[in-house]
Amino acid sequence: MERKLLTKDSYRSLITKLIGQNYQVVAPVKKDTMIDFLKISSFDEITEDYIVTVSSAKTVAFPRNEKLFDYEKQNKKLTQQDYDFDSIPQSVLIGVRPCDAFGFHSLSSIFCWDSIDKIYTTRLERTTIIGLSCNKADDYCFCTSAKGSPGSTAGSDILLTKMTDGNYIVEIVTEKGAKLVADFSDLFTADGGADKESLLAKVAANFSVDDVLAKINSKFEDEAFWTEQAMRCIGCGACAYVCPTCACFDIQDESHGGKGHRVRCWDSCGLSLFTLHTSGHNPRENQGQRWRQRLMHKFSYMPDRLNTIGCVGCGRCSRACPVDMNIAEHCMSIIEN
Amino acid sequence: MNNLQQKAQQLLESGNYGLIVGYEKGTSGKARPVFIRKAEHASKLIFDESCDQNIAVYLYRQEIKHDKKKVIVANHHTLKSIVELAAENQVFDGDFMVLAFAENGDIIELNTFKEIEKHVATLYHGLTEAEAAMMKKIEDMSLEDRWAFWENEFSKCIKCYACRASCPMCYCPTCTVEINQPQWISVPSHTLGNLEWHVMRAMHLAGRCVTCGQCGKACPLELPIQLLTYKVALDSKQFFDSVAGTSICADNALAIYKPEDHENFIR
Amino acid sequence: METQNIYLPYLMQIDKVSEDAPFVKTFRLKFINPEDEANFSFQTGQFGEYSVAGVGESTFCIASSPTRKGYIECTFRKAGRVTTALSDLEEGNTIGFRGPYGNVFPIDEWKGKNLLFIAGGIALPPMRSVIWNCLDLRENFKDITILYGAKSVADLVYKHELREWDERPDVKLVTTVDPGGETHDWTGEVGFVPTILDKMAPKAENTIAIVCGPPIMIKYTFPILEKCGFADEMVYTTLENRMKCGFGKCGRCNVGKTYVCKDGPVFSLKQLKQMPDEY
Repeated sequence: MERKLLTKDSYRSLITKLIGQNYQVVAPVKKDTMIDFLKISSFDEITEDYIVTVSSAKTVAFPRNEKLFDYEKQNKKLTQQDYDFDSIPQSVLIGVRPCDAFGFHSLSSIFCWDSIDKIYTTRLERTTIIGLSCNKADDYCFCTSAKGSPGSTAGSDILLTKMTDGNYIVEIVTEKGAKLVADFSDLFTADGGADKESLLAKVAANFSVDDVLAKINSKFEDEAFWTEQAMRCIGCGACAYVCPTCACFDIQDESHGGKGHRVRCWDSCGLSLFTLHTSGHNPRENQGQRWRQRLMHKFSYMPDRLNTIGCVGCGRCSRACPVDMNIAEHCMSIIEN
Repeated sequence: MNNLQQKAQQLLESGNYGLIVGYEKGTSGKARPVFIRKAEHASKLIFDESCDQNIAVYLYRQEIKHDKKKVIVANHHTLKSIVELAAENQVFDGDFMVLAFAENGDIIELNTFKEIEKHVATLYHGLTEAEAAMMKKIEDMSLEDRWAFWENEFSKCIKCYACRASCPMCYCPTCTVEINQPQWISVPSHTLGNLEWHVMRAMHLAGRCVTCGQCGKACPLELPIQLLTYKVALDSKQFFDSVAGTSICADNALAIYKPEDHENFIR
Repeated sequence: METQNIYLPYLMQIDKVSEDAPFVKTFRLKFINPEDEANFSFQTGQFGEYSVAGVGESTFCIASSPTRKGYIECTFRKAGRVTTALSDLEEGNTIGFRGPYGNVFPIDEWKGKNLLFIAGGIALPPMRSVIWNCLDLRENFKDITILYGAKSVADLVYKHELREWDERPDVKLVTTVDPGGETHDWTGEVGFVPTILDKMAPKAENTIAIVCGPPIMIKYTFPILEKCGFADEMVYTTLENRMKCGFGKCGRCNVGKTYVCKDGPVFSLKQLKQMPDEY
């Protein structure tokens, strides 16, 4: 993989130039009490003081609300205005942690499963992902148990690793990344050969996700196990909404007068009404069954049907959970039980 | 083993109780709810200042609702919620025992709603200094600034409903947001729909909010939404002298009518 | 319309509305854009998303046969928000339709076999598509038997067509209503579908059974078929689960790792028995 060097001053120039060239630049920003991905208008808005952002980077390709098309009703006539694909901006997403970047792989496997969701794919195609290796981790991180690592290049177009002098090692991962580097070639200099590995956070691999995959199918029928696992779970959607690979959605209409639009918005398998039939019958009527669905989807159905794992070990769900449903612990308990 | 763990162990060993709902040490030193069924697991239980979560929400949880051999380890938030849930007939006298704590750390067994109510009367009811300061900061804002403040906060809400799920008083099996004929609250999480949701939530909690702040603590985006329900709680006290979580008789402001009620808010 | 937006529906005009039972209506829908019609095809068993602009989308099967060209039909019961809005529409109104989605009844494999259709209540519509499909290709099949039951006489849908099937010499139709649901001039059977099926004692040899109905009816019908000697791979049904997208993305309809929208809605009893009880 081709390596280059980007000084901190050149990094500032790069971002400033991208903004100047009308790229939509999305970066981790400290807003009020939280750090999240937001569109920036100046380099100074960026922060690097985070383990991971609260919400995942998926919002760039799978925003929490997406207008699918517009319509207008006049008497008995209905006209539809298709999605304006030209409106999707060229974007650069910076400061993406390797776990998050890898999440796009899982997400894409869902949105491209036989029928291609062109809204999602166009958004992702027009986004260049500049990853940022992790130099610190916390008790929630478990990427190394989930086939990732704090310096993994998978999913990024370019991966930056910050050195102790504040400059960055640049790894050019994809053609898209190479193009961006070529477009601003004067900002990148020759690689100094720094040891990337020593700059990375240490994340202990407490289990192997392969063991979860091997075991979880045999647990499906064990109702008592899932009831106990989910006792604490209060059935909100926080875990799914912050997850980089959760793709479940709802489709809703919003209208005012005769005009309106159909919207795709986030939904969660943890919510009790998610699968409720109009008849009142609910195939997943208790939280144990819903929690099972969440884990089975990630560690059984996605591997089986889409050849990908639905978890990247970012630990966001556990951080966001009001009752500390720590997913890594639950994985380990699947292996042990 | 500390007092609580010993007590829990005894209760489970006695056979008179089969489940203890309390707190254990969670990730990164955080406390989290735990369900202890075996005496040998009693040592997991903790009770310290990290245990500030209101766990009354588990009392009516389907899986354990009808288990009459349960015990709940209650902090002062949980105790107040139990009183309010009792007033609203969501939990029943004798269905569970409460382990509360005296100021000196001694364990107090509370077996009946009357006992809980009496104990709760000894607790502080009101906002903490920090909470009161936040309230004041917002109340002192101009209307425009206050609108801008909440607009900014609501713009961040992802409508995960962690606030609702963690609130012991949000026990409706079907919430207004899930009623779609008509659709009162829009499903997508845009600023306007989020505002509709949070204002509706606050109004439904008027006179019922025990000011535990659990909704705000649960919010993954750290929105200070507890201030909305605090506001209606303070108004309930000011206008109707009604403080939720103090009486096991249903007397919350918006549920009953008294001829002497103020009507000056009707304009 | 040139689009690759998989969420954008075809615009359909309601050409005909018929009231089939209390709260149950059938719409005949025609494509507004002739190009859409030219590009559209479906097979029996498939479903779609029907939408009322400003209200939302609802999932149900295509109730007409693919052998009947130029239109599709759908039958729905007024129950939720979208079906209530649909119910309020009249001829000439425009609605949206996305589809067809899902798999199909393997009627090519059924050539030369007897067919036994068993349906209950509002589940006749998915069955109606395959019944008409088979009747329109009548020479491909041997005996065709239809057992249809509803709560009461009023709740029987497609009454004209039931009469038409009844009058055909090449179809054996048995209708039944639940005890108490009969009228004084009712000449059909009285009793639950599984009970009547038991009484009929259909022969399993060279016969395919297709079962559609509420879960409770299905649950009690399968053992009777088994008793009559039907092998699991000779019995078919369609599943319904809540759906939003129809193409395996929204995440609600799966039964274990099986997606009703992509792998179904048509399943053989053999497949069904390999699936967990999550439907």
